[in-house]
Amino acid sequence: MAFLEVRGLEKSYVTRRGTTRVLGGVDLAVDEGEFVAVVGYSGSGKTTLISLLAGLLDPDGGQMTLDGAPVAGPGPERGIVFQQYSLLPWMTVRENIALAVDAVNADTSAAERRRLTDELIALVGLTPARDKRPRELSGGMRQRVAVARGLGMAPKLLLMDEPFSALDALTRATLQDELMRIWGERRCTVILITNDVDEAILLADRIYPMTPGPGAVLGAPIEVGLPRPRSRRHMSLTPPYQKARQAIVDFLRSAKRPA
Amino acid sequence: MSPATIKRIVLPGLGLVAVLMLWTVISQTVAHDLPSPAKTWAESRRYVLEPFFKDGEMNQGIGRLAFYSLVRVAKGFALALLIGTPIGFLLGLSKTFHASFDPIVQFLRPISPLAWLPLGLVIFQKSEPAAVFTIALCAMWPTVINTAMGVRSISQDYLNVGRVLKLPRWRMLTKIIVPATLPYVFTGYRLSLGLAWLVIVAAEMLTGTPGVGGFLWQEYNSLVYSHIILSVITIGAIGLLLDRLMSLVEARVKAG
Repeated sequence: MAFLEVRGLEKSYVTRRGTTRVLGGVDLAVDEGEFVAVVGYSGSGKTTLISLLAGLLDPDGGQMTLDGAPVAGPGPERGIVFQQYSLLPWMTVRENIALAVDAVNADTSAAERRRLTDELIALVGLTPARDKRPRELSGGMRQRVAVARGLGMAPKLLLMDEPFSALDALTRATLQDELMRIWGERRCTVILITNDVDEAILLADRIYPMTPGPGAVLGAPIEVGLPRPRSRRHMSLTPPYQKARQAIVDFLRSAKRPA
Repeated sequence: MSPATIKRIVLPGLGLVAVLMLWTVISQTVAHDLPSPAKTWAESRRYVLEPFFKDGEMNQGIGRLAFYSLVRVAKGFALALLIGTPIGFLLGLSKTFHASFDPIVQFLRPISPLAWLPLGLVIFQKSEPAAVFTIALCAMWPTVINTAMGVRSISQDYLNVGRVLKLPRWRMLTKIIVPATLPYVFTGYRLSLGLAWLVIVAAEMLTGTPGVGGFLWQEYNSLVYSHIILSVITIGAIGLLLDRLMSLVEARVKAG
């Protein structure tokens, strides 16, 4: 059995106009230390999927096991980096990250917790800004804080919900490179949700394409054959890149609902 | 003159002159018992120019009277916050508490201070605690209602952070719920202070305690009508000042 095993995950929303089936039985398997991306159109239910994985929503059906144990409800072992950062505006950078570090390391000494927090701040390159509040930071810096907080949960599985979608293209590229570096250092298990095919290929080992909703499901995973460490330079000219991209685009095109 | 000076000094000045003229006209035509602005000033100047003299319990400079009223308001306001803030948090946090007590809050809220005061006198047998009780009871509702509303409108994103971290209840409260609610709480405090000041006059009039309101009522009974106007102007000026002060505090809290 895989590290994360998801079988037949279903979710519907009941509105006044009736019931909308968002996810129609999602199957997903992720190995330990693997970086997996889920790619799909906007509005296909990607955020619903990540909220279910995080336990912030309850599924209507299906099973989920992490490291052999069934999961229910939210918990820091499934750390999450939210799309809208969700930093607490009344806390400094350091306090936002410390909130996570302190929550999962309650048994360790205060000095050790402080060291872990400082280490994370340094990892995302925010040491000079650590006493600033979120509103004093640029979008890219805010997302760095959110990434550090996600890592601060010391998660078995890190969930990232379109983490760079609100950023401009240049900042996005920088942060993608940073994330690659951090993942190289930490080797945590990651599920990245994105609508950016190139981002998925650059970062992920395997990519699950998602059909457009309603009743979205995941297609067969596509292996990204690019060796690591990867570099975005010339990447798009290599056959493994072109093969992966073609497979994803073909899937998304064929699955597209009639417009 | 720049447009800004005209807007900030000249136009308000013109407004004031217009009101003083209207006041003079009314005092000379329709209401002959109403003292004119000039007469009001002549009879009040000692109270304003020597604000801290004291000739007797009810004959004191306006600064001294205002001080008594402010102390009384401070006590009532403090009590209102002490009671109102926790009730507001409970109403916002607990559906059971909300279902049990929200109807009562909605029922008690519109009751006038004039109705509470005699009850306060019955309970406390003394005018001072009865006045403070009345102020607190009338002034706490904006704090209760704004706090409850603030708790209910906390962004789900912030709560999700706490849920993912599995924060214990107390840390959830101190790290997320209270800081997220604070701006609403302080809006409630500002409105509560305004109400507390509004109630003080009624409370002092009915209990006859020394203060601006007590002075006003006594001078009415002594037929010194110019002092009623002096009191009214003092009440307005202090009310405005309190509101501005609380606005500053509120702005600071909102800026984080």
